[in-house]
Amino acid sequence: MNRPATEFKERIQRALDDPQIRTNFRRAMDGLMAKRAAMFPDADELEQLRDLGAAVRRNALARLPGLLEKLEANCQRNGIIVHWAESVAEANAIVLDIVRKHGGKSVIKGKSMVSEEMELNHHLEAHGIEALESDLGEYIVQLAGETPSHIIMPAIHKNTRQIAELFVEKLDGVEFTEDAEALTAIARGLLRRKFLDADVGLSGVNFAVAETGTLCLIENEGNGRLTTTAPDVHVAVTGIEKVVETLDDITPLLSLLPRSATGQGITTYVNMISGPRKQGERDGPREVHLVLLDNGRTTSYVDPELRTTLQCIRCGACMNHCPVYARIGGHAYGTVYPGPIGEILSPQLLGCDEAGALPGASTLCGACGEVCPVRIPIPKMLVRLRREAVTRDAASPVKDAGAQRSTSEALIWKAWARIHAVPGLYSLVTRTASAFKKMPVVGPLKAWSSVRTPPRVAGRTLHQRMAARGSTK
Amino acid sequence: MSARDNILARLRVAPGSGATPGVRDFGVIEALEWTPAERAERLVRLLRSVNTEVHETTQATWPGLLRELCVAKGVGRLCLAPVTPVGAAASEALAGSGVATLAYDRDIEAWREELFFEVDAGLTAVTAGIAETGSLFVVPTPDEPRLLSLVPPVHFAVLSRAVIANTLLEVLRAQGYGATMPTNVLLISGPSKTADIEQTLVYGVHGPNQLVVLLTD
Ligand code: SF4
Repeated sequence: MNRPATEFKERIQRALDDPQIRTNFRRAMDGLMAKRAAMFPDADELEQLRDLGAAVRRNALARLPGLLEKLEANCQRNGIIVHWAESVAEANAIVLDIVRKHGGKSVIKGKSMVSEEMELNHHLEAHGIEALESDLGEYIVQLAGETPSHIIMPAIHKNTRQIAELFVEKLDGVEFTEDAEALTAIARGLLRRKFLDADVGLSGVNFAVAETGTLCLIENEGNGRLTTTAPDVHVAVTGIEKVVETLDDITPLLSLLPRSATGQGITTYVNMISGPRKQGERDGPREVHLVLLDNGRTTSYVDPELRTTLQCIRCGACMNHCPVYARIGGHAYGTVYPGPIGEILSPQLLGCDEAGALPGASTLCGACGEVCPVRIPIPKMLVRLRREAVTRDAASPVKDAGAQRSTSEALIWKAWARIHAVPGLYSLVTRTASAFKKMPVVGPLKAWSSVRTPPRVAGRTLHQRMAARGSTK
Repeated sequence: MSARDNILARLRVAPGSGATPGVRDFGVIEALEWTPAERAERLVRLLRSVNTEVHETTQATWPGLLRELCVAKGVGRLCLAPVTPVGAAASEALAGSGVATLAYDRDIEAWREELFFEVDAGLTAVTAGIAETGSLFVVPTPDEPRLLSLVPPVHFAVLSRAVIANTLLEVLRAQGYGATMPTNVLLISGPSKTADIEQTLVYGVHGPNQLVVLLTD
């Protein structure tokens, strides 16, 4: 095991040993699964909607280069300044440059997973710029000096008491209260002023419409609308895959996303932005920037199977339904995107050296693939990426393919294949095994059997029994 | 080569890129159809399910109702657009009620503090309703700017039953935006809310904590 894989295992163990984490996630995931199910009472309609959702995303990806150019042209026509970044470093430099040109002191942020991918807050803070999260969940996570543990509900790993204690510890003059309403009011009061004073508002994008040059953002709190409306400058950061072709494409994705994510029919706000403040308009930013980030996406795009990962609309349903995620929580993965989508996306973004062990954290039960609103074949991808992780192949589109290869494991499988290919050898091995009567509890089998009853080896092999019945020669 | 050229070049050489557009069958959404009465009933039910106050009223009586509601809620200052039919009717009804009306007739820079801390409510018209999701389709204008429906703690929205459509798809197609969208288009489905503290639902975060819909004939 390489270092990242060992650390992954250690984080999993720590999470499993923490009853609080297990309780917090179990409760939240059970609730989310039930709410989603209640929102899709008609199974046929759901399947048709998923077909349409998948078709919308596949169409967009099939025509991605052309649609990106169209998006750029229409955004520019609308007055939006478009930037392209191949890497996280480039994207951070672009944002820093914009902030510096406009006061350069403070940025208020709406929720954006791409900005997490960029570690933008660190980058800005390292250059003396305050970057403040305004989504309540993100605000809590930022106060705690942590990262989101879920892509939709960043602070899901904390319960009310933990949040109450955090507020008392980090915020001036706050008294301990476990009343969620009171805690929300505290955050609202503190952030209100920040919306007024921030130089720049930074947000993500849920869908970018190529035909109109429109950025769609969905949210419940209103912080996203404030972030994109109150400051003088709005910067939206997004992965290049978020584009869709037409305005028509928005309705099916909107119909699927909130229901799959949190079991809501729709989010409180859907905010469609098609440009900065125009002549005569009284508010809205005077400048709108769109940063299109690649960061490994074009590499995935080249491979038809890996490309399906880019269909993702970041609803989080796959993690809500994942038996592994529900037990270890989001932080154990150690990556920006946790759960099943993270297991297939992270090796592609970071390479198999860094994240090649992640696809192993799955039972391959298939729940993620069944709920994915845009029909990403996640289980199939998990298997593919497990193979990539242990197969050295310079031509592989996945970075550091083969980095998780272990010589002993490879030898074991080689022997396994050999034993099954040679009848005499097979019979020798099975007969020897049955003579032992017990599984040898060494190595990985020891850990495995520490919490399970090891199976007993049959006294006679199947071949021997069949021979005794005279049905085989 | 620029980042843009590199990204586009990498995408272009990929097998299957630039393929013929896939067929998207919107039938499952187009099939969502209700009678006008059902649409109104559904919209009202869904809006109420997320803590929206909905009042079924008429073209003739809503301004009077607005006056009563403002007084009852203790609204001291209501921001509206006096030049629009909705704003004009409201201004007239509120005259002498003790509720002060003011127009959003300056750039935000000129009165940021005031809007954020001294306005109790905002009033806007609603372009269309969406029965499927219980949403208000709101298009901010120079008279009813973007922050009007967002910053004051109470948002009054006037919607006519006649413009309740089945789905967002239907509304967007009917608006016929073509390639040119207004600067900002919003769907509003309830007062602002969060469930980020242990999934406990709390209304009124950064946006209004009350959404009051006056549904007219
Ligand atoms: S992979 Fe599918 S289920 Fe998971 S976040 Fe993406 S769209 Fe949602």
